[in-house]
This record gives sequence, structure tokens and C-alpha cells, in this order.
Amino acid sequence: MSDLLRLATAGSVDDGKSTLVGRLLYDTKSVLADTLDAVHRASADRGLTTPDLSLLVDGLRSEREQGITIDVAYRYFATPKRSFVLADTPGHVQYTRNTVTGASTAQLGVLLVDARKGVIEQTRRHAAVLALLGVPRLVLAVNKIDLVDFDEVTFARIAKEFTAHATALGYAEDAVVEIPVSALAGDNVVERSARTPWYDGPTLLEHLESVPVEPDAHDAPFRFPVQYVIRPRTPEHPDYRGYAGQVAAGTVRVGDEIAVLPAGLRSTVTGIDTADGPLQEAAAGHSVTLLLAHDLDISRGDLIATAGQPPKVTDEFDATVCWLSEKALTPGARVLVKHGTRTVQAIVTELRTRFDEQKLGSTDAPESLSLNEIGQVSVRTAEPIPVDDYTKDRRTGAFLVIDAADGSTLAAGLVGAPLPEVDGVDSCTEGGDAAQPDSHALVSPGP
Amino acid sequence: MTTATALDTLGRLESEAIHIFREVAGEFDRPVILFSGGKDSTLLLHLAVKAFWPAPVPFPLLHVDTGHNFDEVIEFRDKVVAQHGLRLEVAKVQDYIDDGRLAERPDGTRNPLQTVPLLDAITGHKFDAVFGGGRRDEERARAKERIFSLRNSFGQWEPRRQRPELWNLYNGRHRPGEHVRVFPLSNWTELDVWHYIAREGIELPSIYYAHRREVYLRDGMWLAEGPWGGPRDGEEKLEKTVRYRTVGDGSCTGAVESDAADIEAVIAEVAASRLTERGATRADDRLSEAAMEDRKREGYF
Repeated sequence: MSDLLRLATAGSVDDGKSTLVGRLLYDTKSVLADTLDAVHRASADRGLTTPDLSLLVDGLRSEREQGITIDVAYRYFATPKRSFVLADTPGHVQYTRNTVTGASTAQLGVLLVDARKGVIEQTRRHAAVLALLGVPRLVLAVNKIDLVDFDEVTFARIAKEFTAHATALGYAEDAVVEIPVSALAGDNVVERSARTPWYDGPTLLEHLESVPVEPDAHDAPFRFPVQYVIRPRTPEHPDYRGYAGQVAAGTVRVGDEIAVLPAGLRSTVTGIDTADGPLQEAAAGHSVTLLLAHDLDISRGDLIATAGQPPKVTDEFDATVCWLSEKALTPGARVLVKHGTRTVQAIVTELRTRFDEQKLGSTDAPESLSLNEIGQVSVRTAEPIPVDDYTKDRRTGAFLVIDAADGSTLAAGLVGAPLPEVDGVDSCTEGGDAAQPDSHALVSPGP
Repeated sequence: MTTATALDTLGRLESEAIHIFREVAGEFDRPVILFSGGKDSTLLLHLAVKAFWPAPVPFPLLHVDTGHNFDEVIEFRDKVVAQHGLRLEVAKVQDYIDDGRLAERPDGTRNPLQTVPLLDAITGHKFDAVFGGGRRDEERARAKERIFSLRNSFGQWEPRRQRPELWNLYNGRHRPGEHVRVFPLSNWTELDVWHYIAREGIELPSIYYAHRREVYLRDGMWLAEGPWGGPRDGEEKLEKTVRYRTVGDGSCTGAVESDAADIEAVIAEVAASRLTERGATRADDRLSEAAMEDRKREGYF
């Protein structure tokens, strides 16, 4: 049975990220002949003597014209060991929202740095965003290693600096790997390089094929947002009433006691249906239909949870938001919150802190949050909703902030989820206020 | 009764698609599934049936018919529609050509002409969510497509104004006149599609499997004679054993030489293929570096 690894790439402009992704696709023979012919032709049209592998991924006209990546692109490749879904996210500072998008579903983040420049602020910020979004593992590809003459000392210095940064963000040392590569020439991407004899670690692809895939949260408390009520009312199924959804966390078994939230009703699971027949149990990731012992008033937007460990039902909570809109957030803003399958009206009552991307510290009580800024806020909802802490459950701790007027997505929201704070970088609160509240504690990614 | 095991790749893809169908059913008033009888739309319908079982699929189907059809595919389309007791709307390019709203292109291909009838059908029926079988692995512009893709009141795709798509929380809010294209197969590859068709035993039109057919070679593709025309001077008609990897407008969909007569043989062939399915069989995608992006901006699938 093949398994699936979802990964996201992030890096600064000109670090060669599209070239690295192109190289992975090319060297795993995931690029077919006609696509490659098109790249050869387009490269020749641009006066290049070798194929520009970034043209494999930069799909939009303006991207090719400007030689940059604008939007998240999804790439698919497979080896005999594993299938991969790769979210290629642009490194432009103004497009950090795409890193958040790619990271939201990733099990592994691949960061790129230019070996000549080493770890820069953008790298630190991207790593902090990946940590905040709960991406369980990181790889640092130290690219353009050929341009520093394959120098071991340079690589070791960058690797040490990055490991220290990642550890400060809450990563265990074995969750972080650095690899010296040349995306352009192919060194250590798929094929082991003879030019880095001092490096005895895996190539990038070997690592992607062998890194443990974090299991879905099968052991977490059971959570099931109700998407749709299935009522056939046909002669064969006159009284059938099933609650359709995808298990967000944990495992459900026939006979389990459940609570329906926010109402707080109780019942027992009498059946777990699929079109392929009934199941005895279903775990995180599985789309199923639940049958209950009692005829309750349950509809889309309700959450079915294990009766033993239900989530907190509240109309006030603290959250971290990654602001993705050009329309800035100010205190008192009226928005919509989409959590699970429920959308409720809400007010952002307070801006508590703002993460400073330059200093990697935080500012208290900012006046606003603008595009690409990350901050902690207090939210009040018009009706109570059942929430988990994002660090405990990526699915039921996540929400969207939506503009009620035009329907656009304003922010990625993480219930609780404290801001990342980095060792050795002072909080940027001027005046030397050294005391940090508990909420500034490090985020702990992954299980 | 079976017990829960970790989902494999196909199980994950199926579960994700079912989740997407149910989200749309829960949040939209008038969804529709684009259904041509081709393999991707047949797979789409199969997943919709599973998502709402034991209730019927709560959406109608829409076929934008270029008039350049393969008979086997239209027969199959009508059989599947009847089998599931669904309603099929057909928007015909021919009607637009007959009354002068559209003009036949010099090259005779009608794929680009589908956009206007599609948008008129969406407006006329007030469809607010339109399911398509598009996959991100098909083409570079499609690789940048969202699962929920907002279209303005002209049906246009604006790549720079796409919404960020976070976790599995889809934002389908739209203003009156706008609609959302929904792509449940976004994360599938061509090989995933074939593996799943084999696993589920899904029936497809016979032309996806090897058969004898009279074809002629044009621009490196084996085309078949039909209402859209036939060989020109110097193009020789030959009988060959072929199959179709994609099924679209007959004038620009090429057959590939193949002995793959059953699903296992097709999977082996696709796995070993050195050409993408569109590159091998679609003349319309060869027009320019950004042919697909340009058509999507105009409101194409």
C-alpha cells in the first residue's frame, strides 16, 4: 500500500525554488517528453543554452514573463516508495499568504537558502510560519552549494544556525534535516553528488521517501463536523437519517457515546455507513455517514464529538491570525468565522500582539494588522462554537476569517496557538519590558 | 463489517472528493455536475453517488455538446444518466452556430466554442456551483487552480485574485451572478484515476480501450473521420488498433496506437507513457505556451 506525503516548499526570491522543484520532477522522471520538449523550446526562445527547469512549474503567463512564481502551484510525483503532493509556494515577501496556504495541509516543509547568503530573515520568518501552522518536520535545502565551491565549513555553519532556529521554534532535532544541494546541476537532489564527499546524509529525494509520515490524529478525541444530513425518503429507505461528514480527529466506533455540540445533546452511534457497506469503526480522514440511536435535531454546522472529551463550547476565545487581505484588521472589526462546517458572525474585540517579521518578536496592543502580518487577537462570536486548541488539533483548531460584505477570505485563524518566539531575539517592545506573558510560549509543532 | 485501517492514497483521494461534494451540497443552492460521458466526468459522478448514498445525487448534470461526438460516448452518457435517474441538461454549440451567435473556426475545432454555451447555461439555470473533472496534473495553468475557484459574472478566472485555500475549509461565498467552479479531482493524477476505475470496477465508454478504427495522421495525431470532416489531400486513411486517452471534441481529439484492451493493460500503458494525456491527444492545447490559461480566463472549464 503506497502512502502519501504532503509537502510545502518555501524560500526567498532567487533561491532557485522553482528550479529545485523542476529538478525533483525531472530527475524522478515525472516530466513527460512533450512537456520537456515545450520547456526546451521555451528556453531556446529565451536564448538559454540549457533548459530552464523553473519553466516546468511557473505556469502563468506573467510568471514566465517576470521569471517569478506568483501563486501556489500543486505538483504530483511518485516513486515506487511513495506518492507526493507538493505545494510550491512563492517566496515574495508580499506573497507570504501563499506560504500559509501551502503549510496548512503540509506534513513536511522544505525551506531553501542560497549557500552564499545563508539563513536570512525571510528563512526565519518562513520557518516560524511553518512552525505556527503545525508542520511537523522541516528540511533546509542549502542550494547553490556549487557557488561556494562545495565548502563543508559554509554548509556546517548554515546547518548549525538553522537547527538552532528550528529548535527555538519547538522542533525536536530529529525533525530537522539540512542537505547541501545544487538544484541547477542536480547535486544531492535525487542523485548523490561526488562533489560533496564530506556529506554522508541522504539526498533530498531519499529523505522525502524515508521520512516518517505523521499519522492522522487517530488517537485524538473524536471530532466530526456534520456536513450534510442524508434523508433519502425512498421506498427502500423511508426512515433513513444519517449524518454525513469526514472524521476530523480521533476514531469512532459503533456503540460510542457521543455529544452533539454546541447544543450538548447526547446519543449513541448505532451505525457507520459508507456506499461500500457498513464499518465497525472509522478514523481521522475517513468520509462516512453516522447513524445515531436517538432522533435528534442535528444539522449542518453541528459537531459530533466523543462524550468523554468534548471540546470547549464558548463564544469568546483567543486566537492567532495570519492576515491575508489588503484590508487591514482593526479592533472591533465585524467578520464571519468559518469553523468546521459552521459559519458564525463575530467581532474581533481586541488586538493583543503583533508578530514582528523583522525582529521575530512581538509588539503588544498594535493598532492594526495588515497584509502578511501575524498577531494574537480576542474573538467574540454571536453564538457559542465548540473549539479545540490548534496545537492539539490542526483540523478543529483552525478557522477562516471571512469578509461579510464581499465574501473574501481575510485570514487564517488558529485557536489559541501562541505566536512563535525566537531565542536570542529580543522582544521588540520598546523600553525593555522583559516580562513575557505565558501566551508567548513556544509553539510545539506536531505530535 | 470491517474495521478501520489507515487510508491508502486512493482512499484518501476518494474521501477528499466525497468531502468536497458534501460541502457544496451543504452550502450552495443550485449546483450542477459537468458530465460528458468521458472518464473524468464518469469518475466524478461515481464519487457523487458514493457521497450521498443511499440518497440520490442531489444535483442535475450538464453537458456542453460540441456536436463533434463519438457515438459510443453519447450512448454511454445517456445510459448512465438513465441508470441513476438523473436530469441531464444539454447546451449545444450547434444551436449557436445555426443561429449565428457563434461562428465555426477556420481549423474546424469546436472546443474553444464551448465557453459561451457553458456560461449561458450557468446564467440561464442560475447554477451557483459547477463541478468539473479538471485535475492539477493535467497542465501548468491548472496546477494553480483552487478546488473552489471563484468566477466573476462573466465566468472569468482571475489567477491573481484567487482566494487562499486553507486546510480543508473551503470558502464558497459569492455575490449574485458569480459562481464557483469546483474541482473534486484536483489532487488526482491520470494514473490515480485509472487505478481507481480498476479498483471500483467503473464502466467507461468502449473507445478508451483498444479497438480497430479508420484513422488518418495530421500534425502527429491519429484523427478519425466524422461529421467534423475527414482526411485532406495527401492524408491517407488507415485501419489501426487504437484507443483514446482523452475524449473531447472529435475534430481535435487524437487516438493513440495501443493494444491495451482492458483496464490492466491501460494502467500498464499509462504508467510507461512518456507523453502527457493532453500533449498526446489534444490539438487545442498545443496552440501556445499559455493556451489553457487564456481559455480559462475566458470562462472555460
